[in-house]
Amino acid sequence: MQIMIEKLSLYFQFPFVRYALIVGVLISLSSSLLGVTLVLKRFSFIGDGLSHVAFGAIAIATILNLSNNMVLVVPITVLCGILLLATGQHTKIKGDAAVAMLSVGSLAIGYLLLNLFSVSANLAGDVCATLFGSTAILTLTMTEVWLCIGMSLLVIAVFLLFYRQIFAVTFDETFAKATGTKANIYNLLIAVIISVIIVLAMNLVGSLLISALVICPALSAMRVFKSFKSVILCSVVISVVCTALGILLAILISTPVGATIVTVDIITFGLFSLLGRMTGGKI
Amino acid sequence: MALLTCQDLALGYEGKKVVENLSFSVDSGDYLCVVGENGSGKSTLIKTLLKLMPPIKGQILTGDGLKQNEIGYLPQQTEVQKDFPASVKEVVLSGCLNRSGLGPFYSSGEKKLALANMEKLGITNLAKRCYRELSGGQQQRVLLARALCATHKLLLLDEPVAGLDPKATADMYQLIEKLNAADGITVIMISHDIGAAARYASHILHIGHQKPLFYGRKTDYTASELGRAFCLAKGDEA
Repeated sequence: MQIMIEKLSLYFQFPFVRYALIVGVLISLSSSLLGVTLVLKRFSFIGDGLSHVAFGAIAIATILNLSNNMVLVVPITVLCGILLLATGQHTKIKGDAAVAMLSVGSLAIGYLLLNLFSVSANLAGDVCATLFGSTAILTLTMTEVWLCIGMSLLVIAVFLLFYRQIFAVTFDETFAKATGTKANIYNLLIAVIISVIIVLAMNLVGSLLISALVICPALSAMRVFKSFKSVILCSVVISVVCTALGILLAILISTPVGATIVTVDIITFGLFSLLGRMTGGKI
Repeated sequence: MALLTCQDLALGYEGKKVVENLSFSVDSGDYLCVVGENGSGKSTLIKTLLKLMPPIKGQILTGDGLKQNEIGYLPQQTEVQKDFPASVKEVVLSGCLNRSGLGPFYSSGEKKLALANMEKLGITNLAKRCYRELSGGQQQRVLLARALCATHKLLLLDEPVAGLDPKATADMYQLIEKLNAADGITVIMISHDIGAAARYASHILHIGHQKPLFYGRKTDYTASELGRAFCLAKGDEA
């Protein structure tokens, strides 16, 4: 125990470790907010899909040698998010199929482009870092930290402001529309927020593990709690605690940050399933 | 002036007409039941009345100060709702959204309205329960309470007894009748249960394939050849 604390306090003298913890907690907080909505709208895989789109966009940005690749990545991802989520139920290709198409397509094209126009000596390493986010969170610059803080606060503010509308649109879109709520605008809003969150979260866990960050806390909370408000609150708490724990563990036992966070999330899901079964849904 | 007047409506999707020459009006306090076989355009009519889709031809006029967002709607249940974690209170409160401003909270007035409507439908004791764990009849009551939060004038009910057992069905019909008679709420109900329509409604609109077959008072309907034929056919089935 003594050794662990010493090791941690040693690491926390480095600013990049502190940045990682701050950014990690903020991103997991904002990503868990919309998890419930996405699970219920049958869009659990959108995290996967959009993060692959972001991967494709990063590949293009790398080839174009853009100094700040977010300029390209954010708009492309948001656009695809809108295409997937806000077009509603009347599309020719339904939700899951559209996500799968987009996901596989942009992953393939991104990797192909990187191979054709290779700008780096260590291509496999770069791809691996983008997909698994192995070290990205430990190499954040000051600007990126502030960007993350700003965006997370924006996401949280928007969610709080439109909490009731998001509830109404998720629970029953037809009723919301029929009684004069502009459901399409809120669907658009949800799509934009989730795209922004995914671009943010790519820095933390990499594109392959984003789904876990968005979905796991929501699923764990839904095992035990029975009202929308308590599920949201609980998934925020779970998400923040798991991420903080994951980052600390990763430092202590020198494991990849993203994979450690997700493992902690999955263990938590197991515990909550058990808890849900024991309480029998009395909470 | 009538609460809702439809003049020479033609309804359908993407230019394909499902039903045409539809004219009827609903006065305050009426109980209109729209009957017809599957695919005759009942659901399309509901969607058009709610302005979820535009009519191909004709117009819908609202009177008596009825605003578009003052129509309470009881939709059929959706897939999503079957595992939605929401308490009964949250669902009922969400009906107040159209009368409410921005911000994350409902006002105390809106909360009182929600409580009053839950009291009216006898679901106050379920307030803290999870919506997805209720029985079909209880869920319908919750959605009806939500619809009442959105309106105190006009209710549009889409197959309100679909999937309910006979006891819950009878309870539901009695509840709707009470809302209509005691609270003076105008009701438009879609149903393929002609027997119930003939028992509870004040007016009946019978839609056949592509065209309306009957519109008028219930007493005229049951006396007409069409009404007798359909009620008899129903009686034989039962």
